[in-house]
Amino acid sequence: MGELTGAEIVLKVLESQGINTVFGHPGGAILPLYDCLPGSSIKHYLVRHEQGAVHMAEGYARSTGKIGVAFATSGPGATNTVTGLVDAKMDSIPVLVVSAQVPMSLIGKDGFQEADTVGITLPATKHSDMVRDINDLEKTLLDAFRIILDRRPGPVLIDIPKDVLMAKTKYPRYSQNVIKRNPRFESGDVQDAARALCEAKRPVVYFGGGIINADASEQLTRLIRELNLPATSTLMGLGAFAGTDPLFLGMLGMHGLYPANMAIYESDCILAVGVRFDDRVTGKLSAFAPRAQIIHIDVDAAEIDKNKKAAFPIVSDAAPALDLLYEESVKYLKEGHAGREKSMENWWGVIREWQKSRPLKYNLKKDVIKPQQVIEQLYRQTKGDAIIVTDVGQHQMWAAQYYLYDKPRNWITSGGLGTMGYGMPAAIGAQLGNPGRTVVAVVGDGAFQMTMQEMALLMNKTVPVKLVIFNNHFLGMVRQWQDLFYEKRFTATDLTSSPDFVMLAQAYGIDALRVDKPDKLEDSVRKMLESEGAFLLDIIVDHEEHVYPMVPAGAASHDMIVQKETDLLYMD
Amino acid sequence: MKHTVSVLVENKSGVLARVAGLFSGRGFNIDSLTVGETQDPSMSRMTIVVNGDDAVLEQVNKQLNKLIDVVKVQDFKTASFVEAELVVMKLHSNSKTRSEIVQIADIFHGKILDVTDKNIIIEATGTTDKVDSLINLLRPYGIKEMARTGKVALAKG
Repeated sequence: MGELTGAEIVLKVLESQGINTVFGHPGGAILPLYDCLPGSSIKHYLVRHEQGAVHMAEGYARSTGKIGVAFATSGPGATNTVTGLVDAKMDSIPVLVVSAQVPMSLIGKDGFQEADTVGITLPATKHSDMVRDINDLEKTLLDAFRIILDRRPGPVLIDIPKDVLMAKTKYPRYSQNVIKRNPRFESGDVQDAARALCEAKRPVVYFGGGIINADASEQLTRLIRELNLPATSTLMGLGAFAGTDPLFLGMLGMHGLYPANMAIYESDCILAVGVRFDDRVTGKLSAFAPRAQIIHIDVDAAEIDKNKKAAFPIVSDAAPALDLLYEESVKYLKEGHAGREKSMENWWGVIREWQKSRPLKYNLKKDVIKPQQVIEQLYRQTKGDAIIVTDVGQHQMWAAQYYLYDKPRNWITSGGLGTMGYGMPAAIGAQLGNPGRTVVAVVGDGAFQMTMQEMALLMNKTVPVKLVIFNNHFLGMVRQWQDLFYEKRFTATDLTSSPDFVMLAQAYGIDALRVDKPDKLEDSVRKMLESEGAFLLDIIVDHEEHVYPMVPAGAASHDMIVQKETDLLYMD
Repeated sequence: MKHTVSVLVENKSGVLARVAGLFSGRGFNIDSLTVGETQDPSMSRMTIVVNGDDAVLEQVNKQLNKLIDVVKVQDFKTASFVEAELVVMKLHSNSKTRSEIVQIADIFHGKILDVTDKNIIIEATGTTDKVDSLINLLRPYGIKEMARTGKVALAKG
């Protein structure tokens, strides 16, 4: 046991916890930490803005299941992480941000690059703390790992004054074992819940990102298949249950599939697991699942009854709860319930009718590329096995609807916060966590420009992210709302003053191509996927296309606009 | 509807901001909040009176429980508890009204902290209801300044 500096201790603790990748940007206060980096096993990726660092950490975390780590210096470095932190908090992503602070003697004196980082990040994190004493550093960092992983994951920020990074103390003082999640069942009557689920005439499973965080896909799949249950996913849950499984109804909510939203509306019993009844899912809350008894499984007790009253509240990690629910359901069904098969057959009959009468659809055009057809092309050519990372907007919804995710962690998107600019940095993080896999960043021409400086990380052939820009020269989703709800007053959504993305990519040394003809789409996508390094494909898509179905904000979720009025003419 | 919640927290900087921030961020209304050290100097007890229905109270409890620095949350919705708060009031008084004011204060076991030819300062403790009644009785004499601590509470037994 020797003496180490605070900076060395930070790196040692990260190494002991299996962290080998960090995203960040140096600056005055954090220099002592950066100075030690070459002596550690940690590989650091230099971002061009700290928001990008947190999104990269998020993409890395979501695609690997490990903790993503970002470094930022004091003041503006730390404040730039706030959007990423809130994004990670909303989507329950395990992220650690280590920020440096001005020396203790300058705190509160408005020192150069001083900001009250802990104060600013109080509501932006699961927890944030400042280390004022070098002797507390090791424990505070280890506690940060515990807090990040305990129950519902989330971001933690640890702020360390520069003089604490430079001070020396004994190390190690605590166990160096890797801190792991401790999934446990806490409370709830599973037997009653299983009975309700098995006795229901029109049951539906509504699952979300909690399944992915809990690595409970197997447990979920086993239960759904054993009970022959219709299942629908939130935006965050896609891939937790196979998208190609006939029992899957697709996503629900504002841009959910018609059969999914209708099944919820008609259901008499909903198994809600790893979800939080978000307004983008429920629409008007009182009209959401009005006839259903709700079994709500969540690891965060505060989610139970927050938005929707649960008849069967179960506070638990998803995996043990689903195991118990499976066992109890199998036990119950063994008693022999002859009527169930028949009633499930009827229920599936109703659902199959909805699927037949209201499938996802769009109309192809000869002269202009439809955004949906791009996603279909990506799906076909990647055989459904790419990691798809999106930005926020129309392209995000099409990527959720038209790409079928068969495995968890292949779909990465900013759900709760809806952070434009998330896509490319998160894709870089995902690629670094999954070398050798195909990672496609699906971004809009608007969102892309919020963090496009991170293209600098793609210059290196080791980050071969495929960037697909859905370029409609508009802020498409905002334009859609203006078209539908603001009498076509398209204020401030025109993006025709954007740069030439192909030239921009080339300036970064990235291969790039533009395509605007439907008959060239397939070849262009192939060229992109076959390229060795990073590639930018600028796809000019129909700017008039809307995302459908759509539940207008605040409307009941079964009141969907199924397609554009003008498109009704093309209906067959 | 008013609820009293007693929250045991780590006695360290930023905890008050974290709890207060949770209330404002989630739109919960604080009626009063007191905080002070407990018998264990590493812990503080906050007594928070929150305005809202049962659903709000439930969310308050659950959200407080998620804060890392919160050790224990106790809501007095069902448990019986004792409560007290302290008020200090500066009133207009002259030779005519002084004895009346002192009499009223006496009924409430109040103390006279200071008297001048124009003012009188009274201190009283009791339940929030009792403090409210004292204030109402003294209001006609003209309250110049007033400070209340807000309620502190402990479970009975």
